[in-house]
Amino acid sequence: MTEAVSRPRPLHWPTLTPGWRLALLLTLVVFAIALYLTWDIKASLAFTLKYRSKKLITLLLVGFSVSTATLLFQTLSQNRILTPGIMGFDALYVLIQSILVLTLGVIGFNTLNPYMKWGMETALMILAMLMMYRLLFRGNQQSLQFMMLAGIIFGVLFSSGSALVFRLLDPTQFGVLQDALFATFAAVDPILLQISFGVLAVTAVALWRTHARLDVMLLGQNSATSLGLNYNAMVLMILLLVAILVSLSTALVGPVSFFGLLVVHLAYRLAGSYQHRFLIPFAALLGMLTLVSGEFILQHLTNFSTRLSIIIEFFGGLFFLALIIRQGKA
Amino acid sequence: MIELSNICLSYGKNDILTNVSLSLRQQGLTSIIGPNGAGKSSLLAILNRLQKPTSGEVRIDGQPIDSFDNRVLATRLSILRQDNQINARISVRDLVCFGRFPYHNGRPTAEDWAVIDQAIHYLDMSDLQDRYLDQLSGGQRQRAFIAMVLAQDTQYVFLDEPLNNLDMKHSVAIMKQLRRACEELSKSIVVVLHDINFASCYSDEIVSMKHGRIAHSGSPEQVMQDHILMDLYDMPLSVQQIDDKRLCLYYL
Amino acid sequence: MKAFLLTLGLVAALAVISLFVGVADLSASEENYSLLFLTRIPRTLAVLLAGSSLAIAGVIMQMLARNKFVEPTTTGTVEWATLGILLLLIFAPESSVMVKLIVACLFAVVGAVSFLFLLSRIRIQSEVIVPLVGIMYSGIMSSTITFIAFQYDLIQSIWTWIQGDFSMIMRGRYELLWLSGVLCIAAYITANQFTLVGLGESVAKNLGVNYRWIVIWGVCMVAVISGITVVNAGVIPFLGLVVPNLVSVFMGDNLRKSLPWIALIGAGLVLACDLLARTLRYPYEVPIGIIMGVFGSVIFLSILLHRNRQYD
Repeated sequence: MTEAVSRPRPLHWPTLTPGWRLALLLTLVVFAIALYLTWDIKASLAFTLKYRSKKLITLLLVGFSVSTATLLFQTLSQNRILTPGIMGFDALYVLIQSILVLTLGVIGFNTLNPYMKWGMETALMILAMLMMYRLLFRGNQQSLQFMMLAGIIFGVLFSSGSALVFRLLDPTQFGVLQDALFATFAAVDPILLQISFGVLAVTAVALWRTHARLDVMLLGQNSATSLGLNYNAMVLMILLLVAILVSLSTALVGPVSFFGLLVVHLAYRLAGSYQHRFLIPFAALLGMLTLVSGEFILQHLTNFSTRLSIIIEFFGGLFFLALIIRQGKA
Repeated sequence: MIELSNICLSYGKNDILTNVSLSLRQQGLTSIIGPNGAGKSSLLAILNRLQKPTSGEVRIDGQPIDSFDNRVLATRLSILRQDNQINARISVRDLVCFGRFPYHNGRPTAEDWAVIDQAIHYLDMSDLQDRYLDQLSGGQRQRAFIAMVLAQDTQYVFLDEPLNNLDMKHSVAIMKQLRRACEELSKSIVVVLHDINFASCYSDEIVSMKHGRIAHSGSPEQVMQDHILMDLYDMPLSVQQIDDKRLCLYYL
Repeated sequence: MKAFLLTLGLVAALAVISLFVGVADLSASEENYSLLFLTRIPRTLAVLLAGSSLAIAGVIMQMLARNKFVEPTTTGTVEWATLGILLLLIFAPESSVMVKLIVACLFAVVGAVSFLFLLSRIRIQSEVIVPLVGIMYSGIMSSTITFIAFQYDLIQSIWTWIQGDFSMIMRGRYELLWLSGVLCIAAYITANQFTLVGLGESVAKNLGVNYRWIVIWGVCMVAVISGITVVNAGVIPFLGLVVPNLVSVFMGDNLRKSLPWIALIGAGLVLACDLLARTLRYPYEVPIGIIMGVFGSVIFLSILLHRNRQYD
């Protein structure tokens, strides 16, 4: 099977158990955070910490949600190539928002209770994802190739769909939408922050309770069902989690395409275990580490005026290509 | 006459082929047998000009293979390798028509179509000729490719494991067909085979390879011997005479 | 043949409609006839030429990579052409269209060659890996473009450049597209060779095709077509992917038979999208790339889902 071939083998560090690897990674994350917060302080300590920690929280949240969403989605779809980013789920979120602005109008959109707005968007998101899932993953032996192609094209559909809606908006509507879409790193909306922590808590609890069942999901629908798993309930739960995680990260920083793929692939290779109780935290921490250290390097060690996402895209892509080529040689 | 003289092929330190010298008969069926990794497919890759030998020379009718024009060579020698993983939607008939490409260069004549129809008929594919390749089973696809090579109508035909994916009925039918082509059209056909009993029953000559060298060559009676085959495959087996054929039992 | 003529008639009818859609009313006065020749006809021709040549570039790329899910905009070729234009904007902003074209084509050659080289380095050429490598590669290239554009404050201009748009086409500014038309005919003449290359090196060589030359010829063709369309009309995504796959469903992949269809449907699709782009928010224009993205993906998805259902 193509899938088996594209699956990377874990690196062999026989001495390190998954637990130790996780601990090591955690140390690195803590180190990166400390460095990020304290490097080259010019203003007063209190001000700098306050300013930087806001951005730090965003980075950590995005790192966590993108990696976890990607990992869960790959477990669900039983492949290691499709990600919510490649399937265009974040573009879908943007599309939903633009359609909301278009249908509710500026005043309607702005006067909507923020919790309700977020709830509505997420509900729409879940609905759309369920429909996609039913279209694409019916039956048990869907070819990966079909899913991949359809997924990428859904992605194009969503992103050009939202571009089209942008064009149909008048300038005021567009301004409102832009505000809603791209909350900047520096100024995190307190309500969004509250929602984020809610999401974080829900996800953590759900994953803690189901990590063993997620491992069984890796065997596929038939085996999982015969092992007594309520497969459909698991599918629903995973889609739900992916939907809220994707909406969260998109609300925070806008669409990111290859970041999840990069981090999760690294996690598969480095975590030293297929078990979700190691994989999920490993991927999440790795995501955080990548973002925090990337932002640190960009801000303090270089003087490029660019966005972190561009750099991640670039190196993520390079890394991935190198990975595929190396795999072919072994 | 195809002559290979002192062919060597190596990747870095790995020797794939070492001093392979072989002259292939002008007419008749030759089987190449040997364990996995013996260098059989690499040998065909060199004949296919996918690979240049590290040293040595291939001569076809006395002329070095490199000096041939591509198109002229394609009318003398045809090769079907085993990795035809094709997902193109090309109909069987079109594929077989491409077998005549070296002759008609895109504009098949009535004569070409006659050869094409015959090849399709030979391989029992008349009912399937308008199907696309991606709608065929593995065995049917294999037969379509063999039909293409037959339509190419060359003096020398090389087939790398043509019986892959085929059921018993079609395996036998193809071997009979190849045999008939050798006799009626006086072609020289070289097949790489895994099933040595097919090699024994249908070949005029068997060439065995191991570790990139020619181990033995001779008539089926000469090569189908207990000690030769045990040595070749590193496993216990026994060769039995059944009627006038020598069959190797290795299943037990 | 009948079906082909029928479709041809349909596309011709669309082309005629396209001549009469626009802000100025053509029938109003005498002088508007010059408008017809100055902008409307050139625009319609440009759309037709770009549509068919891009679709053909797509299918040739697919034959060269032996994969149905690649096309110049998903393998970095178009991104390289755009990079060339960006570098020109930075270092030689005054250069003529001809210089832009040459630079874009050269960069596109680099893009196509480097993609194929990348593929040759990858041992595992599964159906899925190949387009993925292409998408990754074009992702890397577009982030490089964005990065450079950021440094020189050219994001805005490169964006308007990238987004496919035929509104600037007028007489004197589209004639280079005829070159892609010529290339389409050349592609048809060598269609058999491309089909054989699509069957793999072994089969192609066995049948006496000069594999290397056909690959080089194909790369050049894809690069030049990409370069010309990027310079003249910007990036039109997706066309090279949708059209050949669509045609493949009912015509198969024997290019001698399917190439005319690919060219025709490519032209028709771009024309229809261009019409929509002009009328959707009349009198403003929506970039055709966006329309193409929406409708192209809907069409493609419905074919894909339909086909998938049939296989069940």
